[in-house]
Amino acid sequence: MKRAVLLLLLLAALAFPAVFTLPFPRHVMIMIFLYGALAVAWNILAGYCGQISLGHAVFFGIGAYTSTLLVAKGQLTPWLGMAAGAALAVLVSQLIGYPVFRLRGHYFAIATIAVGEIVQTLVINWDWAGGARGLFVPIKRPDSVVNFQFHQSKAVYYYIALGLLLLTLAVTRWLERSRHGYYFRAIREDQDAAASLGVHVAREKHRAIAVSAALTALGGTFYAQYVFFIDPESVLPLSLSILICLIAVLGGVGTLWGPVLGAAVLVPLSEGTRVWLGGSGKALDLLIYGGLIMIIATVQPAGLMGLARRFRRAP
Amino acid sequence: MSLLAVSGLTKRFGGVVANRDVAFDVRPGELIGVIGPNGAGKSTLFDLITGFLTPDAGDVRLDGRSILGQRPDVIACLGIARTFQKLRPFPEMTVVENVMIGAFQKTSDVAAARHAALRALEAVGLADRAEAHARALSTGQRKRLELARALATEPRLLLLDEVTGGVDQATVPALVRLVRDLHARGLALIVIEHNMRVIMEISERIVALQLGEVIARGTPAEIMQDRRVIDAYLGEAWRA
Repeated sequence: MKRAVLLLLLLAALAFPAVFTLPFPRHVMIMIFLYGALAVAWNILAGYCGQISLGHAVFFGIGAYTSTLLVAKGQLTPWLGMAAGAALAVLVSQLIGYPVFRLRGHYFAIATIAVGEIVQTLVINWDWAGGARGLFVPIKRPDSVVNFQFHQSKAVYYYIALGLLLLTLAVTRWLERSRHGYYFRAIREDQDAAASLGVHVAREKHRAIAVSAALTALGGTFYAQYVFFIDPESVLPLSLSILICLIAVLGGVGTLWGPVLGAAVLVPLSEGTRVWLGGSGKALDLLIYGGLIMIIATVQPAGLMGLARRFRRAP
Repeated sequence: MSLLAVSGLTKRFGGVVANRDVAFDVRPGELIGVIGPNGAGKSTLFDLITGFLTPDAGDVRLDGRSILGQRPDVIACLGIARTFQKLRPFPEMTVVENVMIGAFQKTSDVAAARHAALRALEAVGLADRAEAHARALSTGQRKRLELARALATEPRLLLLDEVTGGVDQATVPALVRLVRDLHARGLALIVIEHNMRVIMEISERIVALQLGEVIARGTPAEIMQDRRVIDAYLGEAWRA
């Protein structure tokens, strides 16, 4: 039954571009996939392992900047840049991990905010990388997979974004069923008790952030190749880190599908208000997010997934 | 040779000395009872042995080799398992998943860990609750869960912090029987216990602590005769 529903959803997702040929619906779906993938990746560290990061924009930015710099300065295909960005994100995540994983709970979250702010400030002052002005991805024609540029139609971007989401889900699924998934949850629940049973807590946290950072960086590269312009304000802001967190919280942290559900609700809301209200509606989606989060926190802390579970249990 | 040898163990918290020059040893297969009034430093002693605290002085040796300064998980993997006085289940995980965390120490295979966890749950009589969430368990069941979790690591030495504390009287005999069974199967244990009848009954040797210091060591019979223990802990009633 559940299998059949998932299969239908997948088929619908695959067929979507054939039915909706206009750019806007495709764009909304691409954003759902991208933010869904980011939230799923964040969920590995925060939802399963319990380390609430509010600095994930750092990894997103690393993905975006690495591939863009390699394209702009080294004529390297963004696909290699994507791999390099993921590798660099893993490296940085491990370095960040040493100090911040010593902190617990709120203090960890606050430290990740600080890391995010530091990185954004550094890049703003890094002229070689465009500084505060940002970087354009050099436009190349014609469309080609090697160049990761498709100006004629959003369909290819659509399938790449879908692939990205499916990849993050597959990785999460695999982790969830492995020994490490159990370790992550045990650390979230009580890291001292986990250590008393032989769990190398620091190593498992580093593992969780490595996977989470790599997947987040892939999203960053995709964003850069989709928008063709990046700057510290668009790919490294605290608001992005918070948005990723909000999406997962709304959908349900620590569940496989929760973050996707969250993205499917929040992204159309945000894209919708932006289109209908233009620049004046810029803050409205944030107002709605805030309201939703308050409702979720008081009524159903387990997020939409918790709500769905409750309905299923009811006769 | 002794399995575990504690010598000169001292731990201060600011001006308070929680453990001062504590020394004793545990032979393979032996059951040591640790008694002492509240604040005597019993749980601190467990934290020092298992690496959750670092002593200011002294040494802890397992098989003659110092384990001082090792992380708790390393010490756990060396074969020392423990329970906590204030129970610490993983509340949002199921009972069997809780125990699997311990079982993963000996196998990285999920199915094998589940199998081992179920065996440990059977040993403590909690197999029927395997799929329940840990938060749904009663205190007595949580005690069993912690025991099963520790047992699933297949330890050589098990440190139990208050086996019967906070458990209703009807459950006490079953828990005591469980500890006896483990001991009978050759497992070495150090047991902290407030229930005098229980500790006197199960221990081969007893270490009595007061204000962080060892005031007596010996068989239960010797401890019951010891004037300092009687004065410090057991009270006037026992002298009569």
